[in-house]
Amino acid sequence: MLLSMHGICKSFNGIPALRSASLEVGEAEVMALVGQNGAGKSTLIKILTGAYRRDEGSIAFAGEDVSFNMPAESQARGIATIYQEINLAPQRSVAENIYLSREPRRFGLIDRRAMREGAVAVLRTFNLEIDVDQPVAHFSAATRQMVAIARAVTQKARLVIMDEPTSSLDEREVAILFETIRTLKRAGVSVVFIGHRLDELYRICDSVTIMRDGKTVATGAMAEMPKLALVRHMLGKELAAFEAIAKDADEGAQRPVRLSVENAGAGVRVRNVSLTVREGEISGLAGLLGSGRTETANLIFGADRLERGEIRYKGQARSYRRPAEAIADGIGLVSEDRKVDGIIPDMSIRENMTLALLPKLARSGIVDRARQDEIVARYIAALGIKCTSPDQPIKELSGGNQQKVLLGRWLCTDPKLLIVDEPTRGIDIGAKAEILRLLRRLADEGLGVLMISSELEELLAAADRVTVLSDGTSVAVLPRRELSEAALFAAMAHQVE
Amino acid sequence: MTTIETQATAGTVPSGKRFFTLAGRYGTVAAFLALILFNVLFTPNFLSLQTLNVNLTQVATIVIVAAGMTLVIATGGIDLSVGSLMAIGGALAPMIFTGALFPVSSMPVAVALAFILPVIATALLGLFNGLLVTRFAIQPIIATLVLFIAGRGIAQVMTNGNLQVFRNEGFQFIALGRIAGIPAQVILMIVIAAIAWAAVRHTVFGRQVIAVGGNEKAARLTGIPVHRVKLLVYMISGALAGVAGLIVVARNSASDANLVGLGMELDAIAAVAVGGTLLTGGRANIMGTLIGALVIQLVRYTLLANGVPDAAALIVKAALILLAVFIQQRAGKP
Repeated sequence: MLLSMHGICKSFNGIPALRSASLEVGEAEVMALVGQNGAGKSTLIKILTGAYRRDEGSIAFAGEDVSFNMPAESQARGIATIYQEINLAPQRSVAENIYLSREPRRFGLIDRRAMREGAVAVLRTFNLEIDVDQPVAHFSAATRQMVAIARAVTQKARLVIMDEPTSSLDEREVAILFETIRTLKRAGVSVVFIGHRLDELYRICDSVTIMRDGKTVATGAMAEMPKLALVRHMLGKELAAFEAIAKDADEGAQRPVRLSVENAGAGVRVRNVSLTVREGEISGLAGLLGSGRTETANLIFGADRLERGEIRYKGQARSYRRPAEAIADGIGLVSEDRKVDGIIPDMSIRENMTLALLPKLARSGIVDRARQDEIVARYIAALGIKCTSPDQPIKELSGGNQQKVLLGRWLCTDPKLLIVDEPTRGIDIGAKAEILRLLRRLADEGLGVLMISSELEELLAAADRVTVLSDGTSVAVLPRRELSEAALFAAMAHQVE
Repeated sequence: MTTIETQATAGTVPSGKRFFTLAGRYGTVAAFLALILFNVLFTPNFLSLQTLNVNLTQVATIVIVAAGMTLVIATGGIDLSVGSLMAIGGALAPMIFTGALFPVSSMPVAVALAFILPVIATALLGLFNGLLVTRFAIQPIIATLVLFIAGRGIAQVMTNGNLQVFRNEGFQFIALGRIAGIPAQVILMIVIAAIAWAAVRHTVFGRQVIAVGGNEKAARLTGIPVHRVKLLVYMISGALAGVAGLIVVARNSASDANLVGLGMELDAIAAVAVGGTLLTGGRANIMGTLIGALVIQLVRYTLLANGVPDAAALIVKAALILLAVFIQQRAGKP
């Protein structure tokens, strides 16, 4: 074994992120490390590299017990990490990046010729012939990644950790990257590959380590781990007891279609997505991380431009160029990341809630404060938002209450279609059930709801029908009566050939 | 990873933190009152109408420019070009009513045009700033640096670098005239500050300005026309700089493209910062800016009236800005 980590525990502010996690990597082995958001993958990696200190557990690397205090120490011992956002200096040349802070020297000065020749030589081992004097920023994401890997190789790395290396690559670039990984392997280097696209993992990895809720729940040879089992291990937490509030899709089958998406695509994240949302139904959208769920929502909402396929809203073809146009049509989007895409932290609850409605609340540009107060008071009461007053800054609220304010932001515009992306993320269990019941009530009043969720129990409890995405493609539509944990697992594990 | 959410029912706040919160909220007002008290006690003839008028006329142009700057900063931007735009506005106006630009038949019309055209011109230059920031996604500090440098050059080229000396009662009313004993420029300052304050508080545009600065991505996803909002704030900033330019040349009976509005961008930014508007955007405190400008002016006046040279006053001004920003930062920490 090159690396073996055992019994690793780590808490932040008393909240456990890792609970006895382990990871073992052999010599010249490509190990897949998989898990849902928050499973603890990145915490485990940061503990290995020394970015975090562990609370408990042991780490042995190359036969010695180690305990790195900072990333530089682990690097010196031969552990290189290549992050999603590649940490290169974009304006410096390829050669300079490969030798950054370890420049070959001659008489105390940087030996540019040696640096250039070294860079060319190492890149040639990956079949990459590029001008090493060009700034890194001039090259594609895949090439930049290869430069980062070349840097790792010149550091005599024995273990290279790649964090979602394929997330911004197209298929051809992925092939190049995989060839590079094979080259590394032949040279005896081990790789930890963190990824979400199952078919890629099966293509390149020898073994797999699956994490869930801060624990390592399964390990094994990739070839002996059926996809279904892998998905089950990743997602299979004990189902929380949500009351079933979904309705049978048959009941609503006659209802008019509010939104239909046909063969939609844009970029590499959304390849071919079809789905429908009917009036008065909660249509679920499921899929593993990186399957293109959020990107699909952004397409419908006009936050990204549709490149292929068709989106029909209330029977008419629509291609919104900006969210404002979708909003004018009666569409709302509660986005996945509340902090980044949702709240305006310093603004009050009142201002946050009425932001989308504001133009309609005004006469010749001046906000009708009385109506604003009335609407805000109504939704604070209706949604049960706990706050000291509507003037309280939204950043002071708990996650669940922030989410309710954001729901209120759209509800007060009287939408016809509401897209909710992970509506209960980061919210305590009581508030979760409450938000699901609220969505159901709204659907009963005629709203079309598209609910994106990575929590199966949520979909099982609330969705009238679930469309499953895999690798940017809709691979299955499960009506209510066919909806089960097993059916969702099977659909998510679907392989796109 | 994990963040601890502040509960809706706020708990107790440590006293040190409370000091900074209070200082952050009321510090500028307190400093303002302290300065007045100091002057009443120690500066001879402070409590006179003349002193009041001197201070208010000197601060008027700063407040007018800083009102626009507050809006720009609230969107997370900055406008370095205001001083140069003042020079352009100030150079254009006399050229219009002296007939240097085009022949004028009637003086009242010429004077009216001398008020309107320069402000339109500087508003359009502000629009140019806005386009660089939005369409070409250039950082505001660089985008407005373009006109900071070129603007004064344009003003000098327009006037061939000559000093324009003039006497025109109608035009100079903006600086020398009085309405009910109050200088016209002071009234203009109060009106502009009041409109800006009301716009921030009561209009859709004002809320959108703050939303864009507070979280641009979220603002866009809420349907706010982010680009249009930014274009407008840079236009407003440009137009107000033009107005300030008119006041300065009218006050001096002369337009010197080398000097009009020199250093104004820094005075305006200082007023905004001292007034409690965060330079990171997301807040617009127009009243704060007004008081901030008054504090800076009063500090300078106090030092001068008590025999401290102007050069030393600059150092105190800088220290004041540092203190204000420090207090705000401590107050803003969770």
